[in-house]
Amino acid sequence: MFSYFLRRVILMLPVAFGVSVICFLLVQIAPGDPLTAIMPVDATADEQAAMRAIYGLDKPLPVQYAIWIGNLAQGDMGKSIATGRPVAGEVFGAVQNSLLLAASAAVIAFPIGIFLGFLAGYFRDTLLDRAVTAISIAGVSVPNYWLGIVLVIIFSVNLGWLPSMGAGPGGSQDWSWDWLHIRHLVLPAVTLAVVPIGIVARTVRALAGDLLTQDFVLALYAKGMSRGDVLRHVARNAAATALSVMGLQLGYLLGGSILIETVFNWPGSGFLLSNAIFQRDLPLLQGTILVLALFFVGMNLIVDVAQAAIDPRIKRS
Amino acid sequence: MAAVDTDILEEPVTESGKGYWSGVGARLMRDPVTLICMAVILLLILSAIFAPYLGLADPYKGSMIARLKPIGTPGHILGTDEQGRDMLVRLIYGGRLTLFIGLTPVVLAFFIGGTLGIVAGYAGGWVNTVIMRTVDVFFAFPSVLLAIAISGALGAGIVNSLVSLTIVFIPPITRVSEAVTSGVRALDYIDAARASGANALTVIRVHVIGNVLSPIFVYATSLTSVCMILAAGLSFLGIGVRPPEPEWGLMLNTLRSAIYVNPWLSALPGMMIFVTSLCLNLLSDGVRSAMNVRD
Repeated sequence: MFSYFLRRVILMLPVAFGVSVICFLLVQIAPGDPLTAIMPVDATADEQAAMRAIYGLDKPLPVQYAIWIGNLAQGDMGKSIATGRPVAGEVFGAVQNSLLLAASAAVIAFPIGIFLGFLAGYFRDTLLDRAVTAISIAGVSVPNYWLGIVLVIIFSVNLGWLPSMGAGPGGSQDWSWDWLHIRHLVLPAVTLAVVPIGIVARTVRALAGDLLTQDFVLALYAKGMSRGDVLRHVARNAAATALSVMGLQLGYLLGGSILIETVFNWPGSGFLLSNAIFQRDLPLLQGTILVLALFFVGMNLIVDVAQAAIDPRIKRS
Repeated sequence: MAAVDTDILEEPVTESGKGYWSGVGARLMRDPVTLICMAVILLLILSAIFAPYLGLADPYKGSMIARLKPIGTPGHILGTDEQGRDMLVRLIYGGRLTLFIGLTPVVLAFFIGGTLGIVAGYAGGWVNTVIMRTVDVFFAFPSVLLAIAISGALGAGIVNSLVSLTIVFIPPITRVSEAVTSGVRALDYIDAARASGANALTVIRVHVIGNVLSPIFVYATSLTSVCMILAAGLSFLGIGVRPPEPEWGLMLNTLRSAIYVNPWLSALPGMMIFVTSLCLNLLSDGVRSAMNVRD
């Protein structure tokens, strides 16, 4: 098991390297000189050159990359141009809020998705199956930022049950587990859960449908095993694939919450990202994307290893 | 007796002539859901193309006194937006940019990713390693994040949206086309063709493309709905189409401020995105099963 883990980590390293290169290049493809945001308009050519030297912008790209990655290794992601605060602190604060949102959405989505998918797979080609299939197609087709607005119209504007903005009363930034804060979480988490419900339901339906028609199921029934025990065998066989889909979905939830966070003014990484974009705060943009992407890479690693732990067949292939 | 014999003789001839595609067409004709979706998409595309010739009002001309009229107002069937512009007209015109930016990246990615994948799958070796390891890196980004990252860095604009979405969809198409191509590459008839002295380009053109194109195509169609949602999402965030252009995502964004004044009106542009993406998904599913492509 440990050697498998090690192999996955080694395979992950070039990907992580590539991710850092892409994040580094993001700033390079941005139009305009990164200095224009901080230099006064009437700066002379000498002053600009001096500033360029201070920021290391006069060095060739590979050297700039090496300096950037060196600082990164020490936890220094540069300073935000807009606020002057270190990027690392801003990003980690925001990512915590995004994780809270993504995890809540996952807690809603995965059980519902598994339940619906299993029902559809078990009662294949019945009305129930068709209903679940329709739900999952609608789930993956809905633009969730629009769904968020519709939920706000229903539950905030018309019914007045739930708040539509922020993560706490009065735009409070500090999360705590009381109803005053949790009620702010409900609408964004439900909105975010809809797409993974569709995807998980679709996956589990296909898995359950395939497994239930296999010979070993018939054999288990034939030797007199009860329905519940047979289903346990089926679940064990489906677990590895279902788990990998859900793990990836959790990663997508974190990256995909950007639009939802904008709709609900949720103070997470997406909110930070859209601020960074509109203030042309490139270090902040770069840092946020790097952290989210590396989180996604780490998630993939966890999924791979967990999958192998559940299903020994994967390790051998 | 003779008639029966000629029937038997003629049957395979007509089958081999256009067997596969007429089978696909016949299966599509028996699938009402797919046909309806096809009709809806076709209607949207046609109304987008011919919007200027439909005798509609000016989609850019607003009216200060006719702002945020509710759905059902005489003269404005679907009401007016926050600047008093007719919603129906803007929704019809909005289809132009939304569909264009939503569908073009998949088409471009189909050609670029398809080519990359076929080259990687056929060549193998270090060419394969270079292409596929690069693709792996892009898979480390959730698609929404990658689209927003590139668009955010490049700035708003139609061309920038097209570029960022094309980059987002090249890796998945490359991966699929590499997988099917290396599957075909391993078959005996490719070895036979190579042994007969055909060069790589000829083998790809004559023996590979025909066998890999439909799975790649079907996969690409399954991406159109996500691409539409992402394209409108970029405009919704303000890093896609710039105002005052009519575009569904952008309209959804600007109407958000009207959510307490005229809530359902502000949900209309999103409804259009939803209906289009639903139809694209159902259409892609229908085409997939009609073409018998398994995933």
